[in-house]
This record gives sequence, C-alpha cells and structure tokens, in this order.
Amino acid sequence: MPSLIKALNSQVGRKIMTGITGIGLMLFLIGHLAGNFSIFGEAEAFNKYTHTLESLGPLLYLIEAGLAFFFLYHAILGISIWRQRKKARPEGYDTYRTKGGPSHQTLASKSMIYTGIIILVFLVLHIWHFKFGPSYTTMVDGTEMRDLRRLVIEEFTNPLVAFGYIGVLALAILHLAHGAWSAFTSLGMKHGETSKKVQFGAYIFAIVLMLGFIFIPLYIFLTGGEGSLIAY
Amino acid sequence: MSKEMTIHLKYWKQNGPNAKGYFEEYTLDSVNEHMSFLEMLDVLNEELMLAGKEPVEFDYDCREGICGSCNLVINGQAHGPKERVAACQLHMRNYSDGDHITIEPPRAAAFPVIKDLVVDRNAFDRIIEAGGYVSVKTGSAPEANAIPIEKEDADTAFDYATCIGCGACVAACPNASASLFTGAKIAHLNKLPQGEVERKNRVVAMVDQMKEEGFGDCSNYAECEAVCPVGISISAIAEMRRDYMKAVMSGD
Ligand code: HEM
Ligand code: FES
Repeated sequence: MPSLIKALNSQVGRKIMTGITGIGLMLFLIGHLAGNFSIFGEAEAFNKYTHTLESLGPLLYLIEAGLAFFFLYHAILGISIWRQRKKARPEGYDTYRTKGGPSHQTLASKSMIYTGIIILVFLVLHIWHFKFGPSYTTMVDGTEMRDLRRLVIEEFTNPLVAFGYIGVLALAILHLAHGAWSAFTSLGMKHGETSKKVQFGAYIFAIVLMLGFIFIPLYIFLTGGEGSLIAY
Repeated sequence: MSKEMTIHLKYWKQNGPNAKGYFEEYTLDSVNEHMSFLEMLDVLNEELMLAGKEPVEFDYDCREGICGSCNLVINGQAHGPKERVAACQLHMRNYSDGDHITIEPPRAAAFPVIKDLVVDRNAFDRIIEAGGYVSVKTGSAPEANAIPIEKEDADTAFDYATCIGCGACVAACPNASASLFTGAKIAHLNKLPQGEVERKNRVVAMVDQMKEEGFGDCSNYAECEAVCPVGISISAIAEMRRDYMKAVMSGD
C-alpha cells in the first residue's frame, strides 16, 4: 500500500482532503455564527462570550492553530487543483459548452477558485480588523475585558466595511452552494436520489448560513448601531 | 424526400504533436439529413481530395457506437449535442440548414494530437495496464455459473463495463480529469468476486497511473457523466474513492 503521504497526494487523496477540510470549515462557520449572534439580546453577552474564548489560553491557541491548518491546507489544495487543470489542458477549446443534464457545472462550481481566493483575502483583513484591531476595554461584573462589541459596532457603521463584508459573504454563498454538495461527493457519495437531496440541502444551507452572517453588518449599519436588538 | 442542408464547418488542423494547429473552414452545400456526422466528414474529405487538398484526419472504427474510436468535440460538446450518443451515431438531422459547426479534438496534455482531430489515447491503455485486469488460472474455461454473483452486483459491474474508452469524459472535463474512465474500469472489476484478489492494488495502481499520465484532478463537475455516450455515472468515481480509502486504511 502507498505511504500516507503518497495517498494524500494522489488525485483521490487530494479531493478527500479538500472535502474533509471543507466540511471542517463549514462546521467552524456554524459555530462562529452561533457565537456572533450573542451580539443581539442580553447586554454584554457578546463580550462575555469573546472573553470566555480568550481565557481558554493554550487551548485557544490549539484551536486557532487547527483552524489555520485547515484553512491553509484547503486553500493550497484548491489552488493546486486549479493549477493542475492548466497543465492538464495547456491548449483550451475554441468553443466549449456544458451538456447539462446530470452536469453540476454551474456558476458556483465554475467560480470556486475565485470565491475561494476572495474568502482568503477577506480572512486576512477580517482577522486584522477584529483580532488585531484596537483594544477597547470594558468592565463586566467586576472583570476587565476587551470591548469587542464596541469595535464591531464601530466597524459596521462604516458603510465601506459593512458593504464589503456583505459582498464577500454573498459570494461565499456560491462557494458553499457547490462546496457543501461536492465535499460529500469527494468522500464517496454516489450520484442518485440522495445526491440530489444533498445538492438541494447545500443551496439552502449556503443561503441560510450566509444570510445569518450578512444580517449582522446589515442590521448594525441600517440602525447605526442603535437598533433595539442590541442591548446596552 | 430527405432534406439537404448547407453546413458551415470549422475544424482543427494540426500536422503533428508538436506542430502548431489552426482552424480551417469549409462550407458543404448538400448535406443529407440522414447522414451520420462521420459520413458528413467523409463527404467533406471527398470534396477536399477532389479539389487536390489534404483530407481532415479523424478517428473511427465501428461507426455503431461500440468501439470508442470516435471522439470529436462538436460545438464545444464531446460527441455533440445529444445525450448518450457517440459522434458516429449522431445524425445530421439534429442540425438545420445554415448551421455553423466547430469540430475540435479532445484537448488534454495526456492526449497529444497525432494529426488534426486524431489524438493518442495510449494513456488510457497504460491506466488499464496498471491494474485493470484479473489474474486467472489458465486451462479449460471455468463453468459459467461456478461463481454465484448477486444480480445487483452483476448489473452494476456490467454498467461500468460498458465504458468504451472513448475519452469523452476527459475531453469534456474542465480539468481534463480521467476519473470517470479510471473509476469505471476499476469498479467493473472490483464489483465482482473475480476482481476481489487484486482489488486493493488495482485501485491504488490505477489511481497513481492516472496522475502519472498528467490528467487533471476531479472537481466533481459531473460533466463527464453528461457527455458519456454510454451514460456511466460519476458513482464510478465514488466507488473509486471508497475503494481507495479502504485500501489505504487496511494497511497491507
Ligand atoms: C470558510 C472558508 C471555506 C469553506 C467553508 C470552504 C468550503 C469548501 C467546500 C465544502 C468545498 C468542497 C470540497 C470538495 O470539493 O471536496 C470547497 C472547495 C473548494 N474551495 Fe473552499 N472553503 C473555504 C475557503 C476556501 C479558501 C480560502 C480557498 C482558497 C483558494 C478555497 C478554495 C476552494 C476551491 C478551489 C475548491 C474547489 C476544489 C476543487 O476544484 O476540487 N476555499 N470549499
Ligand atoms: S466509431 Fe466506434 S464508437 Fe464511434
């Protein structure tokens, strides 16, 4: 049998890992959205939540390192698969069109590399903005903690930031609409009735998840950070 | 009465693997609607030769959709517009008077052009050589029903075995991946008890060979299934992935 390294580098292994890292990142996004929603409702819930995360200490570093690894591995595979296609077909077609039917060639699947790279660039800006952004502090129940809620509201009342986020998140719908189906196919799902349901589910998942994320900057921007959903 | 049509052709000309290719155009004035696509090309070649020009090379053998020799990319679609039809079985009645048709060879680094529309598909043979066989004892033929096989397995194995190796999957895949071909060739043996002994080595060797040949990765576009003249499903690729994972997990 091949060594693990060789197996991971095979064309089957590369897709399996794209799928596994993709599913891992989608699970992360679900958790991330659930956490973010604590900005609505009870006052200070958001800061308490981020404070709890930060006080995880070494465990947090471990989680962050894992996430970074998943992101990088996923991005490297995606870019590598895309580069291989240029090598595998150096001379393109004059005329090319899909035959439709069972084909999954859609705007979403054809733009994976572009939506992926946009997500990558966005991610760098996102971490830079929030994780390494200005460190306001606040007192909650006698503990001093970072006032991330203030930073979030400040950022999202800026139209450039708010609509930049909304734009990227909308593009991410495309990435997940194909991705959430493709990942299972990479892991051995056959083409049939189940596959059709999974594709339908992937569209719903992508739209619902990203509308969830979009709601935050949109709401904060539209209400100038003073909407009734955000308690003070 | 059969209809006669005027068809404007634009086809690829290339003198050899390293020569620079180009498109040539020609208008056929009386294409009979009952002609097959290849018969239309025969007429083209006849006219070219009568005019003292070089004919266009294209691959074919059976002209009845079973050998997998024909593999033209017609107006950007492998084997043309009809589902589950090889180019040789495509009829001109699918076109109308005055249509423009572009004909290209399958484009893939692993399928170098030999001449014009003819490409070298030995890469497929090398994938088969890597593991697409079963080892059997020589001697007199075994009794046909000696090994019982579930109807369902026999049917799926047969479905995958219908692959005619034309390479339309590679031609149509945006990545020029050979996964559908390789998957079908692995699955039709791995589904049967006769293929059991070599199943792990088979999947690993054939998957490695497909990469070795310089095909692209599979991005699950499923375009291959759409163009396959015998309708092989990308479930073949799923089978290949499952078998590969099992082979790696099992260690030995
Ligand atoms: C939150 C972030 C992300 C999530 C949730 C995500 C999710 C996914 C999923 C589920 C797939 C399908 C996997 C498969 O086909 O097996 C996928 C594919 C892909 N992803 Fe991502 N992705 C993310 C970020 C990125 C980034 C940063 C890139 C950077 C280039 C990227 C590039 C790609 C590409 C190119 C594919 C298609 C791979 C192929 O053609 O086979 N993704 N993604
Ligand atoms: S010529 Fe044999 S399949 Fe078309």
